[in-house]
Amino acid sequence: MNLLADTWNAFQANDGWERVIEHVKLSLVPLAIAGAIGLLLGIACAKSGPVGGFLVSTTGIAGRLIPTFAAMALVMALSSIGFWPAVVGLTLLGIPPVLLNVAAGIRLADQGAIEAARGMGYTGTQVLGRVELPLAVPFVFTGLRTAAVMIVSTAALAGAIGAGGLGITIIAGFSNNQDDVLLAGAIPVTLLALAAEGILVAVQRLITPTGLRRSRRQARLTGRNA
Amino acid sequence: MADFRWDWIDRHSDDIASATVEHLKLVGMSMALAVAVAIPIAVLVRRRPSAIAVATGGATILYTIPSLALFAILVSIVGIGPTPAVIGLAAYAVGVLLRNTLTGLREVPAAALEAARGMGMTGRQMLFRVELPLAVPGILTGIRLATIETVAIATIAVFVAGGGLGELIFTDGIQRDLFLTPIVAGAAVAILLALMLDVLLLGVQWLITPWRRKAGT
Repeated sequence: MNLLADTWNAFQANDGWERVIEHVKLSLVPLAIAGAIGLLLGIACAKSGPVGGFLVSTTGIAGRLIPTFAAMALVMALSSIGFWPAVVGLTLLGIPPVLLNVAAGIRLADQGAIEAARGMGYTGTQVLGRVELPLAVPFVFTGLRTAAVMIVSTAALAGAIGAGGLGITIIAGFSNNQDDVLLAGAIPVTLLALAAEGILVAVQRLITPTGLRRSRRQARLTGRNA
Repeated sequence: MADFRWDWIDRHSDDIASATVEHLKLVGMSMALAVAVAIPIAVLVRRRPSAIAVATGGATILYTIPSLALFAILVSIVGIGPTPAVIGLAAYAVGVLLRNTLTGLREVPAAALEAARGMGMTGRQMLFRVELPLAVPGILTGIRLATIETVAIATIAVFVAGGGLGELIFTDGIQRDLFLTPIVAGAAVAILLALMLDVLLLGVQWLITPWRRKAGT
């Protein structure tokens, strides 16, 4: 109990709320941009035949192999340390999970439903907007959840390098060897990651078409590499 | 903008080699620990859907914890050094291994279990002679995926004084005024290690599961 009280004091003494807000900004901005770009690229890849397939598999392999910490360090070494370089790096890292899941969702959409829509006279755009994308909603959200957790996590690393957010608190704890300061950074980051996951699951429930609701939540457990 | 300096690589080839060896040790120890934890858990829960839900749910929550935060929490418990790094890396690997082992065990054909029972095998004999051998492809897939991830995440062991390729990226690169060369070197070696381990484990998988070769895996 004492450690908890110490942690709370350390949180306040180290500008805890300010760091939390920085961390949220450092995560939300890249997530929004990566979500939009990933959605567009995912649709483009799913619709562009073998070239798209090749791009998807290359993105998948690169996303798994490149350590996110190394990627962040590279982006900063090539520009500078700060909020916007971190946003650029985090956006780049957030795109692959969204792209991969969107492309998979569209490719796996029920062909019967697409045929039926065409038979009803839907144009290509209508099929995409009213059939394929709604059917892909669970996949889109799996991608967004993976990207969100990855970005919140990697934002802590960016902070550890100096870009702001709760990583700064954790690094202060490491360099001064203070457990309460460590936890004052680590616990809020963990809660942010769990909140990101929880909020996206709730939004997914709300906007998933009724007919798809009973299908189980997509398993994640891929895509963490820092 | 900084240039890549081959002369730095030449002068520090020993440092790069020792960081690589440390990195491999971290990965090896974490994977050994993760296998030792995940496979017994998978075997224990395999026939109870509620236990499977608890185990995989726990693993998913663990997996959601940001790596730097998990390492920091572990440092507050076990102190600084390679130990928190190995435990943290193993914790992430357990999730991936658990899921793939359970998938492997689930794919054991019911007919094989029936035949084994018909031959009078005990539960233990069935586990070691039928279920686990048939689950090997699933287990190895899990080991492969988890190993690649572990190679990547182990780059942040540097923050807990755990050594490895993160030393090149952080201590030699970031902390020396964003010196590009060691950062590129650390990233390149990490990617190469992941690729090599992936190919190596694919080879192992091919060697020890001869019955699957015709399927092209």
